[in-house]
Formats: sequence, structure tokens, C-alpha cells
Amino acid sequence: MQDPAHHGVVVEPSVPGSPAIEVRDLHKTYKLGEIQVHALRGISLAVEAGEFVAIMGMSGSGKSTFMNLIGCLDRPTRGTYCLDGRDVSRVSKRDRSRIRNQKIGFVFQGFNLLPRTSALENAELPLLYAGVGRKQRIERASEVLRAVGLAGRERHHPSQLSGGQQQRVAIARALINNPSILLADEPTGNLDSRTSVEIMEIFQRLNQERRLTILLVTHEEDIARYAHRMVTFRDGRVQRDTPVADRSLAARILPTLGAADVEAAEEENHEGA
Amino acid sequence: MGLISILRVAVLALARNKMRSVLTMLGIIIGVAAVICSVAVGAGASSQIQQQIANLGDNMIWVEAGGRSVNGVRTGSKGTKTLLLLDAKAIQQQIPAITNISPHVDTPTQVVYGNQNWYTTVRGVSPEYLAVRRWAVERGSSFFQEDVDHAASVCLLGHTVMENLFGTEDPIGKTIRVRNLPCQVIGILTAKGQSPSGQDQDDFFLMPFTTVQKKIKGIDWLDDIMLSAATPAAIRPIEREITALLRERHHLRADEEDDFNLRHPAEIAQAGAESQRIMTILLASIASVSLIVGGIGIMNIMLVSVTERTREIGLRLAVGAGEMDVQMQFLGEATVLSALGGGVGVGVGILASNVISSTLRWPVLVPWGALVVAVIFSAIVGVFFGYYPAHKAAHLDPIDALRYE
Repeated sequence: MQDPAHHGVVVEPSVPGSPAIEVRDLHKTYKLGEIQVHALRGISLAVEAGEFVAIMGMSGSGKSTFMNLIGCLDRPTRGTYCLDGRDVSRVSKRDRSRIRNQKIGFVFQGFNLLPRTSALENAELPLLYAGVGRKQRIERASEVLRAVGLAGRERHHPSQLSGGQQQRVAIARALINNPSILLADEPTGNLDSRTSVEIMEIFQRLNQERRLTILLVTHEEDIARYAHRMVTFRDGRVQRDTPVADRSLAARILPTLGAADVEAAEEENHEGA
Repeated sequence: MGLISILRVAVLALARNKMRSVLTMLGIIIGVAAVICSVAVGAGASSQIQQQIANLGDNMIWVEAGGRSVNGVRTGSKGTKTLLLLDAKAIQQQIPAITNISPHVDTPTQVVYGNQNWYTTVRGVSPEYLAVRRWAVERGSSFFQEDVDHAASVCLLGHTVMENLFGTEDPIGKTIRVRNLPCQVIGILTAKGQSPSGQDQDDFFLMPFTTVQKKIKGIDWLDDIMLSAATPAAIRPIEREITALLRERHHLRADEEDDFNLRHPAEIAQAGAESQRIMTILLASIASVSLIVGGIGIMNIMLVSVTERTREIGLRLAVGAGEMDVQMQFLGEATVLSALGGGVGVGVGILASNVISSTLRWPVLVPWGALVVAVIFSAIVGVFFGYYPAHKAAHLDPIDALRYE
């Protein structure tokens, strides 16, 4: 349906020097029958390319609405949103899906992998909609799976992978189109603490090595501490926006957690597979 | 996404749920197989009837000497002596669009060969009779106009007569006795078997009509005249012309009845063919209903599938699938299901037709065009019934879909 050449026209390359994300006075109002719900009441925020930002807040604070807008899944009622220097707050539905395909990687709490489908095919999914040929899809999917430490598991189905491995497949899927930003919505919510640190290690590595901009929604303070910066939402407004002092480094924390139970988990998983 | 990718994604998705896919296809399989079976049985019956009509004769018109009323006492048909060879000649000369014409004189008779004898019917005809009634000579040869002119004592035997008189002996050139007339067998007719009403069509023999008239029956009139119209459409007008011509030749007043009858054996068989055709259409339409029920089954399962895969759809939309991509994905699945079901259904239909043909001994004819139509039609059923679920999937809101539990 969509050819890659066409994408180049619609999704323009980033404007150099501008922030990866820049929102100004963002409002979102839902109508629930007669009642108007003000989910966002004027958010202004800039995220530089290569930043790793944790978004925090209680449920109902507006952080999910904000992430939907940043992810181009929805349009703001008022205000502007510039992604890579381009105003995307008013683009059509069709163009939004192209932007999501080319510029945004999504990681979800529940992994959202296709069941009974190999890791490779899960990872290559966005390329299917970018009109990339089969051979190149397999090549790039293998490459991103290697980058998240899943080399050799390309043929495994989600049911044959541990939760952490499934989330890594999801991260590989998010990375495959070399997005400008990675949006992670409570990516560690379904994982145990050690696996959570492993995922944070991947995020920090990608952030550092590829200068990947990451927005991470979490309600766990210690997960948020892996980011550069913490933004707290409350009642549809930014309540607090502070740099993380004494940032956690997953690469250093991991060895202290001991490797014994990891191997046990791997063994178990092999038997299961 | 290209067509290949759409089909690939569709097949992969269906393969993930093999049991369900097969069960869904079952509706279409049964529908298509039922359509093919009913059409095959109908076509078989139809070809059998056409064969029977062809056996009756080549667009045959049959003029029979009629009944007569003498002082209020009516004879049966063939009671008149007014149908003459000159009538036959007049018909041949004055009415166009007649291809062949033959006088016909018949009588039941005993025939004898050596120590064997048989009671059968002799038909006195001209050589054109073979073309009118579509008889072929199996062995030997037919007689000619010359034999008619000389009232030659030659005959062509029907299969039943030959079998009863000669058994395994070669009858060609042998002399049989018809009443007291010695008569040489010059040919054997190809067997036609039983008529639709169960009569033995091969229990008779042919002689020149002059021979039967003069040497056997001792009459100078005809029992019947049989003729062929050039086309089926010409039969009606020719009949009208014959009626007018014969009434004039027989000097019948306007208030007098015809002294001849026009018989239409093919017309009766045509009516049979027509009622059989209606039956086939009825059967096929009932079978088509099951195909539509199969389509509804597909729609049902696709709707369940869309609901079940709401998160998958949400995810696909999130990672950049357009509405069209999702629409095509689900439409593709429905179409692959029904087309595949149609293909398998064709196989099952052919198989079932053969089983019917061999167990019930019904004539069955699988029309190959119907197979192509069946597959295309079932694919259309898939597109039609797949459209709504696909539309529903494509218009899901990705945010809601991703959050769906």
C-alpha cells in the first residue's frame, strides 16, 4: 500500500538543532456525555534529542493522555506539538499513522506481541507497513533482536520466551524503524525487579549509544531514577520537572543482583521450549 | 502492503487457528459441494433426456392416419384409408424446410428363420426413414429407392429380432420368412435399447413400404408419414402447413374433423426436460442458500476474531498500519477462508457426484464451468461477509484497542 519513497515526502527529516519533542500549551478535553473532562490543562515541555525522561504521576493525572498525544495516537484539543521540529498537532489520520511508523517506537506494559508468531516476525511488523521488502525485513529484524540480546531466539514464539525476553522483542520492534523517540508505557510493570533492571540497562544503553530519545511512563520512583529527568503530572498539569540527581546506572547495579537466578530462569525456560 | 503480503499475513493468521479456520471453511465447503452435486445431477439428467429426445428422431413430425366416423361408429386411429403416397409426395414438394420424409406402413407379423420364429412388427418405409428416426446400420447396408420401386423382398433387422432369430449366427444374406414371403436380410440396425417408458425400441424390422403394402398387407394407402423439419423452430409452421395441405387434398369441409393426426413425441420429452430443468434450478438455489449460510458463518467467526484480536489491531495501528492495511488484512482472511473453502468444496462436490453416480446409478455430469463459478462465487461471499468485520476492525480507535482487556 505504502511505498518507502512516499514516506520520505510525508515524514520530513528532523530539523537540526530543534528539540525532539516540543509541546506548547497542550490541552485535551474529552466529552463524556454531558460532562467535559479536562485531561490536560496546558502542558508546555521540551525534550532534547538524546534525553531520557521519566513521566510520573498518579492515575488520572493526565500522563496517559499526554503519552497518547506524544505518540500521535490522538490529537490535542488546543496547543501545538512539534516532533523533530515539525508541527504534527494537526496532521491527518493517515499521516499520523505514517509518523508513528517512521518516528515513534512503542513499548507497552503488556508487551503486545502477536501470539504464535516468531520473535523475528513480531520485530519486523512495523517494516511491513513501511513497505520494506521481505529480505531486508528479516535482515533488520535479526539485527535489532541481536541489539537487545536475543540473538539465536529469532524463531521462538512469545509463549516460549520469559517476560523479560518478550519485552525485549517488543523493544526490538520499537527500534526497527530507527525512530526519533521511544515511548515506553510502564514497560517494567509486569516484570520482576531484576528483569526490570535488565530492561533499564537496555534503555540506558540505547539512549547512550544511539542517542535515542526515551519517554518512560512509570509510577515507581526507583525505575524513574534511571532517567536523566523526572516530570511529574498532576491534575492535567506539570507539577514538577527536575533532573535526576544521583542517577541509577543499570550496568552497575546488575552485577550486584547475582546471576544465579537468571541462569535458573533461563534453564527453566529452555525446558519449557 | 502488497497483495502478496496481505495474503501471507492472512494465511499466517489463519494457520494460527487451524481448527477454527477449518470449521469456518466447512460451511463454505458444504455449500459449494452441495451446489456442485445438484448441478451435476441436474446436468446428468438433462443430458440423458436430450439423448432420449435425439433417439426419437431428427426434429420429427409424425402424420398418422386418423380415426373415422361411419354412421356414428368411430374407428380408432389408422382407421382411414385416405393417407396416400401422393400426400407424402405433395408434402415433400410443397412444403419447404423438410429435410427427409418417409411413408410408413406397419403390421404385426410372425417371422421365421430355420427352426426359430419370433412375433414382431414389420415397418414398411423408404430409405429416408433411417435419417428421420436416427437409425444407423450396424452391419450390412440399407436398402435403396430402387428396392422401393421394385418392391424388393429385402429387410433390415432390429437387434432384438436378429438375436431371437439368429442367436450368434451371421444373419447377413440369409433368407427369413415373413408370413409366406421369403425375404433377404441385408443389414442390422444399431441398437437403441429401451425407450424412456421401458419399451424395447429394437423389436421390429424394416422393409421397403411398397413391399409391405403389396406383398404383406395388400393395401394401397399409408398408415403414417414421418418427416424431419430442418430446425426445431420450423416444426410448428410445418405442422400448420401439413394440416392445411392434407385437409385440402382430402376435400374436408370446414365442419369436418381431420382424418389424420399430428403427433409430437419430442414435445412430450421436451416438457420432461423443462420440468427437470426447473428441478435443477430449485435444487441449486437451495444449495446456494447453504453457501450463504456458510458466508454468515464466516462473518460470525471474523467478528469474534476481530473482538478477540482487538489488542493486535491496536498494536498494528500503533506501529503504523493504516485503516486500509487493517481492512485488507481482515478482508484477506475472510476471502482466503472462503476461496479455500470453495476450492475444497469443489473437490468434495466432484467426489460426492461420483459417489452418487456409482451408488445410485444416476447419470451425473460435472459441468466444468460451474467449478470456476463456484470458486469465484465463494470468494465473493467471503468479500461480502468479510467486509463488515474488516470495516469494524479498521475503524477501531488504537488507544481503546490497545487498552482492551
